[in-house]
Amino acid sequence: MQKFIQHKGVVAPLDRANIDTDMIIPKQFLKSIKRSGFGPNLFDELRYLDEGVPDQDCSQRPLNTEFVLNQPRYQGCSILLARENFGCGSSREHAPWALDDFGIRVVIAPSFAEIFFNNCFKNGLLPIVLNEDEVDSLFEEVAAAEGYELRIDLENQQVIKPDGKALGFAIDDFRKHCLLNGLDDIGLTLQQADVIRAYEVKRRKEAPWLFCDK
Amino acid sequence: MAGKTLYDKLWDAHLVSQQTDGSALIYIDLQLLHEVTSPQAFEGLRLAGRSPWRISGNLATPDHNVPTTSKERTIGVEGIEDPVSRIQVQTLDDNCDEFGVVEFKMNDPRQGIVHVVGPEQGATLPGMTVVCGDSHTSTHGAFGALAHGIGTSEVEHVLATQCLIAKKMKNMLVRVDGALEAGVTAKDVVLAIIGEIGTAGGTGYAIEFGGEVIQNLSMEGRMTVCNMAIEAGARAGMVAVDDTTVEYVKGRPFAPKAEQWQQAVASWKEFVSDDDAVFDHLVVLDGGSIKPQVTWGTSPEMVLPVDAHVPDPAAEPDQGKSQGIERALSYMGLTANQAITDIQLDRVFIGSCTNSRIEDLREAAAVVKGRKVASTLKQALVVPGSGLVKAQAEQEGLDLIFREAGLEWREPGCSMCLAMNADKLGQGEHCASTSNRNFEGRQGFGGRTHLVSPAMAAAAAIEGHFVDVREFMGQS
Ligand code: SF4
Repeated sequence: MQKFIQHKGVVAPLDRANIDTDMIIPKQFLKSIKRSGFGPNLFDELRYLDEGVPDQDCSQRPLNTEFVLNQPRYQGCSILLARENFGCGSSREHAPWALDDFGIRVVIAPSFAEIFFNNCFKNGLLPIVLNEDEVDSLFEEVAAAEGYELRIDLENQQVIKPDGKALGFAIDDFRKHCLLNGLDDIGLTLQQADVIRAYEVKRRKEAPWLFCDK
Repeated sequence: MAGKTLYDKLWDAHLVSQQTDGSALIYIDLQLLHEVTSPQAFEGLRLAGRSPWRISGNLATPDHNVPTTSKERTIGVEGIEDPVSRIQVQTLDDNCDEFGVVEFKMNDPRQGIVHVVGPEQGATLPGMTVVCGDSHTSTHGAFGALAHGIGTSEVEHVLATQCLIAKKMKNMLVRVDGALEAGVTAKDVVLAIIGEIGTAGGTGYAIEFGGEVIQNLSMEGRMTVCNMAIEAGARAGMVAVDDTTVEYVKGRPFAPKAEQWQQAVASWKEFVSDDDAVFDHLVVLDGGSIKPQVTWGTSPEMVLPVDAHVPDPAAEPDQGKSQGIERALSYMGLTANQAITDIQLDRVFIGSCTNSRIEDLREAAAVVKGRKVASTLKQALVVPGSGLVKAQAEQEGLDLIFREAGLEWREPGCSMCLAMNADKLGQGEHCASTSNRNFEGRQGFGGRTHLVSPAMAAAAAIEGHFVDVREFMGQS
């Protein structure tokens, strides 16, 4: 998993509460055998005027120019600013996969749905909870200044505005450790690689037939 | 100190490290892979630039999506008509080729349902931990192994580390005493167990099946029982190792050979529960009173002996249960108090990882031999669990017996068990099925599944409705 230490990027404001996982990535794309490549279909129904089907060339589709991610000033954004209960709905891990594939690294909202929140950490995305007032004022500032960027300092748990003002956020120590070191479950287990190898050496002596080639 | 259960011993033998929060890292000896739940796991490895920890700990075969008609099979993967199925099967081939995983490809004679193939090849061995991205992995517990289903992110975790993050379950013993009547089989035993403890009865437990009845079952019968542990809510079901286990494993392609064989057998004998082992929960059934079973509803616990009548919601005092019965009857198109033997059938399916092994086919063939499938039936299918089961059956002439009786003889795969390929039920159709799940829509949208043993399915195919196979056999 990609490490997350510091991040600076353009903020896109998605001014809508209860964004569900079906909006993030509609169900017709779940039949895929991949976990990458969902980026072009992120927010498919909001982003395009036609109905999306799997494996289509999205560059030819009619865009909904009203939708925030289609507006020129937000191109290249990597931080999504959203309203409460972001990521509600199904448990599909395709939602963080799609955000990640699109290039989003941080989602800021007043609250998140729990499974989505967990899935973000497994995939190196940082969901940040700020209070309603802070989110409100961020929405205003983003609207007022084109190219508005935020800097995220995970080590110090701060969202730093262009004027240098910092907003603190909370994060569980263990999750912070995993993000800072780029550790997903597999990464964590691999930290015990020596223990696993030692186990294998012992087992190979006791039960050598378990280690035969197929 | 109290003795250890079989599950305790399997857990201890595979414990790599224990965390303070109760979670642990356990070592996985064998991971089975199939086309539906592995693609994103391989993709995850690639994206993270990781390589598999121990390739020889994996074995793959496509099963869920493969077509079962020889017409669609002969051309190979390109011949699979459904595009999603074709891509999944092709992707499994590509991934296994790229990473060097041993795979029995679609037209390899050893291909089949993963849970039939693993034991058949001797890839599943006593004392092992076995996982697969499929809930019926519990089947392999029949060998005195710890075996259970996992999700796709766990499949990736096992590929990358050969370990799984797990929490220890509680111990349950289901003891079936006495002896079974003729015509009553392993399938009836496990359906009766589920009827007794319910579909949530085993939640949080690893179930060990024991008692005289289980000890006297063949390995194939034990696999049928363990297969459905998950239908009783338990992720893992298991049976202690004995001579039957060792005999079955002997001489199989991946089984230990020469001097390792003696060493292995000696160590396998340890995989039994100690006499003074303590179980958190004990369930006892009298094997002698188990009759052939038929599920009438939309959950495996909605099961009754063949001579019973379907329940009447009005007779159920608990309102929640009464409504549940009513809903199930309405979905199944049955009326309260209807005799099970009055249920008319449209299709019969003999197959699935529960009942598609050679003994199952022999059992069904013995019933249909010299008879004809009822003219009211739209279809009766026999789908062997693997290419080797198919070959064995053909060598014994079972295919001819089935064909002459009017049953279709197919290529190996999951087939109508879950309707991921072209074999499915039409809306409202009743099917006598030897599979393991009778959930709404499981075998096709609006389809109505009745779970039974192979002998019961075969007898039902002849009569066009359910009959007590014990009486039926008496008539010949
Ligand atoms: S036969 Fe049915 S239950 Fe068994 S693995 Fe295939 S789909 Fe799953």
